[in-house]
Amino acid sequence: MKAGDDAGIPPLFWESGLEVDPLFTEEDLEESGGTGRIGRPGAFPFTRGIHPWMYRKRPWTMRQYSGFGTASETHERFLYLIRNGQTGLNVAFDLPTQCGLDSDDPMAEGEVGRVGMAVDTLADIEEAFADIPLNEITVSLTINGAAVPIMAMYFAMARKRGFDLKGLKGTAQNDILKEFIGRGTWIYPVEESVRLVGDTIEFCAREVPKYSAVSICGYHIRESGADPAQEMAYALAIGKAYIDHVKARGLDVDEFARTLSFNFDIYGNLWEQVCKFRAGRRLWARILKEEYGAENPRSMQLRMIAGGGGAGLTVQQPENNIVRGAYYALVSALSGTQTMALCSYDEAYTIPSEHAAKLSLRTMQILMHEIGLCDTVDPLGGSWFIETMTNRMEARIEAVLAECEAQGGILEAVAKGDVQNAVSRQAYLREKRLAEGEFKKVGVNCFVEEEEEREIEFHPHDEEAARRQIERMRSVKARRDESEVSRRLAALREAAARGDNVMPCAIDAVEAYATVGEVCGALKEVFGVYEEPALR
Amino acid sequence: MNPTRRSLRIVIAKPGLDGHDVGAKVVARALVDAGHEVVYTGLRQSPEAIANTARQEDADLVGLSILSGSHLPLTRKVREALDRLGLGEVPLLVGGNIPRKDHEALRALGVRAVFPTGTSFEEIRGFIEREFG
Repeated sequence: MKAGDDAGIPPLFWESGLEVDPLFTEEDLEESGGTGRIGRPGAFPFTRGIHPWMYRKRPWTMRQYSGFGTASETHERFLYLIRNGQTGLNVAFDLPTQCGLDSDDPMAEGEVGRVGMAVDTLADIEEAFADIPLNEITVSLTINGAAVPIMAMYFAMARKRGFDLKGLKGTAQNDILKEFIGRGTWIYPVEESVRLVGDTIEFCAREVPKYSAVSICGYHIRESGADPAQEMAYALAIGKAYIDHVKARGLDVDEFARTLSFNFDIYGNLWEQVCKFRAGRRLWARILKEEYGAENPRSMQLRMIAGGGGAGLTVQQPENNIVRGAYYALVSALSGTQTMALCSYDEAYTIPSEHAAKLSLRTMQILMHEIGLCDTVDPLGGSWFIETMTNRMEARIEAVLAECEAQGGILEAVAKGDVQNAVSRQAYLREKRLAEGEFKKVGVNCFVEEEEEREIEFHPHDEEAARRQIERMRSVKARRDESEVSRRLAALREAAARGDNVMPCAIDAVEAYATVGEVCGALKEVFGVYEEPALR
Repeated sequence: MNPTRRSLRIVIAKPGLDGHDVGAKVVARALVDAGHEVVYTGLRQSPEAIANTARQEDADLVGLSILSGSHLPLTRKVREALDRLGLGEVPLLVGGNIPRKDHEALRALGVRAVFPTGTSFEEIRGFIEREFG
């Protein structure tokens, strides 16, 4: 309900541009489309959640992003997190690994093991996950450009340890389209990159059916500047692009749609995020059912990790980030996420310290065990405010999606750099608004304090570990059968050139201890590399 | 833009493998808005490629954006690559996730100013125009 002009209440807009009324009534809800599309949790269109009993039956998985140095150091951190009650692992890889380079590549100098774990060969993956029960602790691999060798190594390791791939659970991020928009660990050109994602989806659908082959990321698009409605719309557009690609191979949508999951961001206005998730869930279900003719409800479910919130954290008064993190976790729980990960309070300026990472974990545990966030399903559902704004948000996301499709679709928009430019323009606008005080940020443009010069403590980077990693790779290479490696890499190149699914050959190659750089190098020979479009 | 100041030719570059490019892009846009000519190199540029761009563009200054923690080795290499091309006079600025304890070391490498995360557009633009405009 709008306030009259005489009430003296200025209009209020969310970041997505939706206007928020000072009061919501039954009439507002009716006008926005009513309650007809809410449905029951666990049933189409899943507005209230993808499971009928949500957290009463199974609370969210807690999965902090971690990994640094070599496999052995990362293995130690994994054990530490599991001892402290973490129920999943989310693996950070160093930049050379993410960009498909070996640790001794000249471009890798100074970067080995710095922002994540260095991986060169299967030996590293074997060591990182040694003794970790892969059937109890689900592992998420934050790997995109180099997803083919890393997924191949993970599957090879699991098989070697006696796990049946048919029952193996886990997730690979493996969303290359968002890497072109934000995050930047692309390797091959756009079309070829999507084809490789298609190979992994197809392979998982057939051989590793419980594994989530892709986690489609609105997260990094939002972190790069998109508003919440754009975040959701671009993510759904990317999801559709992968579906279109795999369908074109002749697979039925119900054969593979369940292997797609999502990754979203949680900073900003609390209500806006909650409506974003409820609307996004409903829209994805409708798209799958109505546009793609999916029949299996699992194909229609938007499963997600909702977390992070990095762009909401500030270097100024960093302790405030602890409070922000707790609210972001609240958003995530109120939104019905399956998995949660929180950026730590020191993450605006460094890789989280062990102390900060534990505090994030404790924050989620407090929500789960003390505050009652798991008491009932979709606690905000049925509110006139939330349901009205969920309806309006859905319409807004649909409008962005339609606009994107009218301009030739997300693939073309990414290849031409249109999305990248739209998002970075928005980031600039946001920074300007912050500078002008239009958006309030505590400690940044209001309630600013003269702060003592604080020393930023970077996670210590261990040059010695980098040297050890290179040594280790060389010793693995010295022991392997070179002619076998060459033969398997040649087979991989041929499969890539022929248009066959590369995954079986990639697994063969890494089983012979071919390196990440060699596997990606073989694919680069066939596909070439991506050239960034200019900033406009 | 202050009409008494000249428009500068600025190369903004992302050396190394780090993909965090929001800062580089928004600073580029802010400097364009302030009337300067800005060339943004894109990600994963080798020091040689950055130096080549600086030469081709006849850059008045080069700004590096580094958030991975590798700022010291990367800056040193870019400085050396610029020097090798006879661009020893082209000033180098560094922005990103830079701990205070490394500011001095960066200055010792010839970096004219360090703009850590959280620096305002105003401060960056002001410095550039005051020093080089």
